[in-house]
Amino acid sequence: MKEILKLLEANARITPEQIATMLGRTVAEVEQVIRKAEAERIIVKYKTIINWDKVGEEGVWAFIEVKIQPQRDRGFDEVAERIYRFPETYSVYLVSGDYDLAVLVRGRTMQEVAGFVAQKLAPMESVQGTVTHFLLKRYKVDGETLEGEEKPKRLPLSI
Amino acid sequence: MPPSGIRKFFDLISSMEGVISLGVGEPDFVTPWHIAEAGVFGIEQGYTTYTSNYGLLELRAELARHLREGYGLEYDPATELLITVGVSEALDLALRAVVNPGEEVILPDPSYVSYIPCTILAGGNPVPVPTVEEEEFKLQAGEVERRLTEHTKAILLSYPNNPTGAVMDKTDLLEIAEVARRHDLLVISDEIYSHLVYGMEHTCFASLPGAKERTILLGGFSKSYAMTGWRVGFAAGPPELIEALMRVHQYTIMCAPIMSQMAALEALRHGEEAVRKMVEEYDHRRRIIVKGLNEIGLSCFNPKGAFYAFPSIRATGLSSDEFAERLLLEEKVAVVPGSTFGECGEGYVRCCYAVSIPEIEEALERMRRFLSRNCR
Repeated sequence: MKEILKLLEANARITPEQIATMLGRTVAEVEQVIRKAEAERIIVKYKTIINWDKVGEEGVWAFIEVKIQPQRDRGFDEVAERIYRFPETYSVYLVSGDYDLAVLVRGRTMQEVAGFVAQKLAPMESVQGTVTHFLLKRYKVDGETLEGEEKPKRLPLSI
Repeated sequence: MPPSGIRKFFDLISSMEGVISLGVGEPDFVTPWHIAEAGVFGIEQGYTTYTSNYGLLELRAELARHLREGYGLEYDPATELLITVGVSEALDLALRAVVNPGEEVILPDPSYVSYIPCTILAGGNPVPVPTVEEEEFKLQAGEVERRLTEHTKAILLSYPNNPTGAVMDKTDLLEIAEVARRHDLLVISDEIYSHLVYGMEHTCFASLPGAKERTILLGGFSKSYAMTGWRVGFAAGPPELIEALMRVHQYTIMCAPIMSQMAALEALRHGEEAVRKMVEEYDHRRRIIVKGLNEIGLSCFNPKGAFYAFPSIRATGLSSDEFAERLLLEEKVAVVPGSTFGECGEGYVRCCYAVSIPEIEEALERMRRFLSRNCR
């Protein structure tokens, strides 16, 4: 199962036939594992990494540190949920250190992101403070460098 | 000394566009960054000098640990290990140090292109021993024994093998060890592909009972750690033999580049995970290319080592040289004719699968088209 998931994580478009060959299994076996993983939400979704800068798509990303007053019995989960339900949030992590939630927000303009922080995020009862960092450049996303994998400069033929 | 058999193809490819080359002999990964960074750090820190002729003692100590933990072999870093400029230099040193004029060196056919020329340059006579697909291209002890003469000095082993991808397991190697013992022969074991074995453990020849004292073990970093350009290899063996290799080495090369040695040290210390990932990736590609070649009608035995598939092209009726040239011109896929690696390589071509999966699949599709026109 893990081997199949690793291959899919690296390339969502790989076919069950390819996976079967690469791992020396049958196609039916592979398909069954994938169906099960999908049903159990082990495979959450198949997505694509896109370098929007190249399409000329205007957009801003902000990484926001959020300090939170945890709630009795619920810890951070309830506040986290209230935050991640906003479609503006791209990812939400609970972290150790000086602040509690690391929130990645995506918006069309800086004003839009600033507005989200000022009007939605910061005023929440349990939120004690926020620090917003606008991202200036994305170099590597989900393990992939946007410039492309570095390939060795090999001779076309060698013994 | 014949010219390299692939120069013609090299020139052809260089003049063409859109070629998919399965004719390479090195990884398609760049050196793992932590290893490359150690070399860069070395240069920044002023490690730009000679080292001991034997190589950095730290590197030899780490190598000794590696051989101990990997194969249970004990080598003294001070006297039994020599760091060389790639395994190529180690091979040349070993042959020059042990072969006297007129002495014979037994070697598998097909095998790596340097073995015969280096034996000749050392004044020796190469004695190729045919290996065949039916025996999975393993060197057969009986075939070796039949070719022994009073002049036989050494057996040159090369498993996992370039170009066939063949491996020899412990049982196979024990038979060769027995021949070497019975006839008091040296064994030069080129194990440059030792990390690249699939679904089995590599057996180091020197680790067999009684083999260490008559074995010069050759290895290196190029293939396992994707470090071909760094040029670091090694020889391990009894102190008197390593001393002999070192004498040639000190007057010709002096030492391997220090920054490369520092990178190699990092590779041994922390490179295991990177190697594991690359081996896993090669294994996936191996299964794809072997299955694909068999499906398009080029019967291909299942190689368990290195990164080469060695399919038979007999179904086409072409010589391996014609096959490679026409495949290149007609479908822009480069492979290496088996005859480059010895007489027994005729009828086969070497396909390197250190190439991305989409490229392998495209190459297979082009070869399928080629075969549909050219199969008898």
